[in-house]
Amino acid sequence: MKLLEYQAKEVFKKYNMPVPEGYVCKNIEEVNESLKNLSFPVVIKAQVPVGGRGKAGGVKLANNDREAIEKAGNILNMSIKSIPVKKVLIAKAVDIKKEFYISIALDRRINKSVIIASKEGGVDIEEIARTNPSAIIKHEIDPFLGLREYEARDIAYSLIEDKIIASEISKIIKSLYEVYIELEAQLAEINPLVIDNHNKVWVVDAKILTDDNALFRKKFLEEYRDMDYENPYEIEAKAYGLSFIKLDGNIGNMVNGAGLAMATMDIIKYYGGEPANFLDVGGSSNPQKTKKALEIILSDKNVKSIFINIFGGITRTDDIANGIIWAYKEIEINVPVVVRLTGTNEEIAKDMLRNSGLNLIIVDSMSEGAKKAVELASK
Amino acid sequence: MSILIDRNTRVLVQGITGRDGSFHTKLMLEYGTNIVAGVTPGKGGTDVYGIPVFDSVKDAVKKTSPNCSIIFVPPQFAVDAIYESADNNIPLIVVITEGIPIHDMIKVKNYLDKKHIRLIGPNCPGVITPDESKVGIMPGHIFKRGNIGVVSRSGTLTYEIVYQLTLNGLGQSTAVGIGGDPIIGSKFIDILELFNKDDKTEAVVLIGEIGGTDEQDAAEYIKTNFNKPVVAFIAGRTAPAEKRMGHAGAIIAGSEGTAQEKIIAFEKAGVKVASLPEEVPKILKEILK
Repeated sequence: MKLLEYQAKEVFKKYNMPVPEGYVCKNIEEVNESLKNLSFPVVIKAQVPVGGRGKAGGVKLANNDREAIEKAGNILNMSIKSIPVKKVLIAKAVDIKKEFYISIALDRRINKSVIIASKEGGVDIEEIARTNPSAIIKHEIDPFLGLREYEARDIAYSLIEDKIIASEISKIIKSLYEVYIELEAQLAEINPLVIDNHNKVWVVDAKILTDDNALFRKKFLEEYRDMDYENPYEIEAKAYGLSFIKLDGNIGNMVNGAGLAMATMDIIKYYGGEPANFLDVGGSSNPQKTKKALEIILSDKNVKSIFINIFGGITRTDDIANGIIWAYKEIEINVPVVVRLTGTNEEIAKDMLRNSGLNLIIVDSMSEGAKKAVELASK
Repeated sequence: MSILIDRNTRVLVQGITGRDGSFHTKLMLEYGTNIVAGVTPGKGGTDVYGIPVFDSVKDAVKKTSPNCSIIFVPPQFAVDAIYESADNNIPLIVVITEGIPIHDMIKVKNYLDKKHIRLIGPNCPGVITPDESKVGIMPGHIFKRGNIGVVSRSGTLTYEIVYQLTLNGLGQSTAVGIGGDPIIGSKFIDILELFNKDDKTEAVVLIGEIGGTDEQDAAEYIKTNFNKPVVAFIAGRTAPAEKRMGHAGAIIAGSEGTAQEKIIAFEKAGVKVASLPEEVPKILKEILK
């Protein structure tokens, strides 16, 4: 789960990091109210769960009430990467003498957490890695000892000579590590960390990415799930043990297993169609799940055809066939459905579907099914 | 020959009395796997399909000398189960469990590396050497003994491709599901190293997906060190960025981990990449002609 900037900043504040005063607002009334507490200039920042806000015009400075209200209004009306902006953060603008990048992240390649720091901040770290890789410091954290005081000091000193500021930064690195450990994050990032003209240090932008696998023991993280941006069907799917992600196409699909589900999306695209979703029904062949999956797919009115692609290994395909037949009785299915069942008990399953009298298109392979679903969606 | 497991592998099942553990113990036994013991704390002295159950790995090791463990324990307890096997020096641990937190896996992986214990998974279907041993949950009947090594981050997609191989008369030496999590015990390179040394394996099918850089690292390794043909398939060409696609490790972070960059890396290394699962056997047959 990715925390929004304002949420990550709330966390950082709890861990005594210097975050500029700011307020999250959902509408102009709230913007007006917040402006009473702030002195100009202020910065208005779209709060969306995707990167590239600045380039999209979702971050603006304002020097007076009129400007702030106008710009906040514009941002609240825009979409960034097709996500409508539901809230903005209005914060005291910080003047910038120097900008740094600091993060703690999981490095999958070496199976360790690392601190990444750079004297160049404010831009994408991937950008710095391309243009000036020598500006990046990377330090591995021992998984059993954790971050030690001197390591934080060393990194701070390598960023700046001023001893007072370096000591401030060292404290921030330690706090950042505490957040990373406490929240079981995969990433805790400050970009930029700013030194202002009075040599004060500020966390100007913040990002935290958590690990869904740790939610069972970090229940407080659920509070950060922002329902303004979550797809309600994705949440509902999860409650039924389904893994669902909505996409922009018009061919629904229901598959067992994440890898096969991705490959099914890909094959739909390969034959000229656009997948409407990713949906992994998992290993169980519970008919309740099959029905729920079809309901969720059909909740998307763009869907013109559905491709059910099941490779029955441990999953019995006759159980899936039962689920499909039952779903037809329980819910209204008004788009063509293509079914491919291969593996355990497939002959029984296909006979059941053929004898059901339902208007299903039964195919023998993944390619055939994808082609058929694409053809039916374009009719 | 084969890699990792064969008919002589002595298997311990951790979590043998649980729903998944007992179900798959039955299927593994039917396949011919040499299961010697099971462990469930508190259930020692009972048996599951005739396999003796012990309270601890220590007891199981003393009485039955297993050299491989398979773990079906739920995520909250799986980490402890891994350490228990590791501390009793079981050299190969296969973890089926899905949902182990990343911060736990960082420690587990580094601990096991120090002890030179090999871990497969977590969140994986396991390992199978057709007609000899199955330490996992894959449907045994779709596999066929042969010379193709298979290594994959996925489950059902592996079955799909293996099924195509078998239909085309291309049997498998060993198939390894390395798992779909961000931190896994054995990466593509670790398994490729084993296939490189295995005289039974003539060619390898590598099934990757979006997220991370293991495929890119594998491509680099193949280019410089691997002396057998490899055919790759990468799932997730149409996956959106920043979304976890079912597997915890299948996520494009920023611009890193896309299917495209993996495909390019393989093509640069001279590895043929199939666009569709059904192309895999066709390409293999071309190469092996």
